[in-house]
Amino acid sequence: MQKSLLITPELCTSCLQCEMACSFEHGGVFNPAKSRIKVFEFEHGRRAVPYTCTQCAEAWCMSACPVEAITKNAETGAMEVEDAVCVGCKVCTIACPFGTINYNADTGKVLKCDLCGGDPKCVEACPTAAIVYVDADWTGYDRMRAWAAKTDAQPAP
Amino acid sequence: MGWQKQVLRVDLTKGTTSVEPLNMEWAHAYLGERGLATKYLMENMDPKADAMGPDNVLIFATGPLTGTMASTSGRYAVITKGPLTNCIACSNSGGKFGAELKFAGYDLLIIEGRAAQPSYLHIVDDMVEILPADALWGGTVWETEAAIKATHQNPLLKVASIGVAGERGVFYACIINDLHRAAGRSGVGAVMGSKNLKAIAVHGTKGVTVDDPAAFMSAVKETNKLLADNGGVKELTEFGTHAMIDMMQEWGSLPTRNFNEVQFEGTHKINPAASTTKNANGHQNLLTNKACFGCTIACGRIAHIDEDHFTIVNRPRYRGASGGIEYEAAFALGPVVGVDDIDALTFASFMTNEHGMDPISFGVTLAAAMELFEMGVITEADTDGVALNFGNAEALTIMAEKTGKYEGFGQILGLGSKRLCEKYGHPELFMGVKGQEFAGYDARTLQGMGLGYATSNRGACHLKHDTFGVDMEDTSGDGKAQVCKDSQDFTSMVDSTGLCLFTAGALGMEGYQKLLNSACEGDWTAERLTETGERVWNLERQFNLAAGITAADDTLPKRLLEVPAPSGLAKGRVNELGKMLPEYYAARGWTVDGVPSNETLSRLKL
Repeated sequence: MQKSLLITPELCTSCLQCEMACSFEHGGVFNPAKSRIKVFEFEHGRRAVPYTCTQCAEAWCMSACPVEAITKNAETGAMEVEDAVCVGCKVCTIACPFGTINYNADTGKVLKCDLCGGDPKCVEACPTAAIVYVDADWTGYDRMRAWAAKTDAQPAP
Repeated sequence: MGWQKQVLRVDLTKGTTSVEPLNMEWAHAYLGERGLATKYLMENMDPKADAMGPDNVLIFATGPLTGTMASTSGRYAVITKGPLTNCIACSNSGGKFGAELKFAGYDLLIIEGRAAQPSYLHIVDDMVEILPADALWGGTVWETEAAIKATHQNPLLKVASIGVAGERGVFYACIINDLHRAAGRSGVGAVMGSKNLKAIAVHGTKGVTVDDPAAFMSAVKETNKLLADNGGVKELTEFGTHAMIDMMQEWGSLPTRNFNEVQFEGTHKINPAASTTKNANGHQNLLTNKACFGCTIACGRIAHIDEDHFTIVNRPRYRGASGGIEYEAAFALGPVVGVDDIDALTFASFMTNEHGMDPISFGVTLAAAMELFEMGVITEADTDGVALNFGNAEALTIMAEKTGKYEGFGQILGLGSKRLCEKYGHPELFMGVKGQEFAGYDARTLQGMGLGYATSNRGACHLKHDTFGVDMEDTSGDGKAQVCKDSQDFTSMVDSTGLCLFTAGALGMEGYQKLLNSACEGDWTAERLTETGERVWNLERQFNLAAGITAADDTLPKRLLEVPAPSGLAKGRVNELGKMLPEYYAARGWTVDGVPSNETLSRLKL
């Protein structure tokens, strides 16, 4: 079973534990500037939205890459960048409709979410369950269930 | 590691910037943030220097845990000489700015001198530039942050800035970062203004590393669980610090109408329950909670004002959400001025944030002006035609804006309560210590709090000690001195780590030890950390003594020492400072004149 990150922005407090966990997992350093997940704040912090790669099945980044540095991990479904192959041309950063693959000038390679090989550290770090890792085929399950619960609601006797 | 081991020094007079290695001997003796910056301040200025002159030094300091995954790691402190108190100022803030400064590679940012014209600092890692701020001068904090990000086309910049209050020298102007987090007390924003420094904008990409990553992550997991499981912390998440208002009302330690009373009849209209109750328009004040950098507690409040409320009915600019009222703002814009309109409190709070001033000092100063008005000492001829009666919500909101913009009677309110009361011939109405106004706890009910107020090195302050436990047990002054001293030392240590004081109850000494031992080089035993805190406290005291403070300044207003509490748990009591203070000096190893003895100094290697 493949799993996906499921983000619930209403639960996010913008603490950035996810950004630190991401950079620590990939570089051994707490460094939101190198995180593959970013939290965006709107309206003086009223809304906070964590945002990262959704691992498109037909990934624009993968199609655009001229050196085939981006490959799909069959187990996790993640589109992964192979640093040894990536030439830092940045065409993938142009191709991605969501902006979730970005160049890292320090390494000359691109950075994107790789689901930490199936154990995403942002999920572990999130204190409010705003980011969870669930069955990729059923990311809507909880929301569907909540609405289902209302569907047969009877008037109080 | 933990530390970046670099200090950025900016001389605004000369227009130069330089980077120097962090003095690691001092880092090992003072840890970071509050403690380490106090040491640097002592070594870099004469405590007698004019707080508003170019010889004052303004230090932004992070701690060794700032910018790490340890929960609440977003803290930084501003250390300087405060114009409100003429004592050392030590103002701590959260938000995201502090961690960003650390990510740029600096433990400390030391600002000296005075720029010839309005300026701001632009820092992106090693690139540091002093840029002209003529176009920003006169703007609000909110405008300044937006303008700087737009100018540099860099939304990743984190900005700390001052409003007009800081530019014009309101004695309790603060430095605001990330729109509504404040290095709030003692007038640190006025110092920044006196240096012609409008803002500091920083983006860092270097990150922070720790000494033993595996051990650190295990300590993080453990301490995060301690926080998550702690009852007090859970309350902070749900209600914010705002929850204190119901407890203080119940005990009778909620200062009301300039400390003439200790319980406020309108509390139920401005408490957390009121903030989550819909009004007749279907409007609810509180929207959500929000975290500072790295914080798993998220005690911050985000609120908005009813569109039909008198404060904003014609001002769409303020219809959006922003930082909502937390306990100290609720007290200082509520009971102490007798106002019970939650949206008026919220508007006044928006004003203090947008224009950059401390809501505690503003509210308590306004309370004194209201008392003077009700006594007939000042009239509408003095107050721009505004009736400054206790309870006048419109007066509160008008004066918050006037003070923030330094207009009319707001210029007088900007003096702070001590100077204002002296100006009108009633110094006894000043409710504070060493020139700084009290926070929202009455010292007749909370005796240890009174001792903490009297002895805090930055003037009256509720955050430099923790005597709540013993104050709840009994309302006498018995046994408070040692607890006050010990908690001052512990708090000094916590404030030197880079973490938030709100972790103290859940983490305990052991929690900090685990985090520091894995993040930083060295063996941080409980004894060493306790001694570090005590060393910091005594060094602050030495700064103040050198600045001219004496034991006579370690006192409380007569209202708290001679007029009994009119109601509540401690009805009939006055603060027993006369008994507690000598005990406290003895516990500290200070002379009867409040001076650290030679033995104490040599024990602490000072």
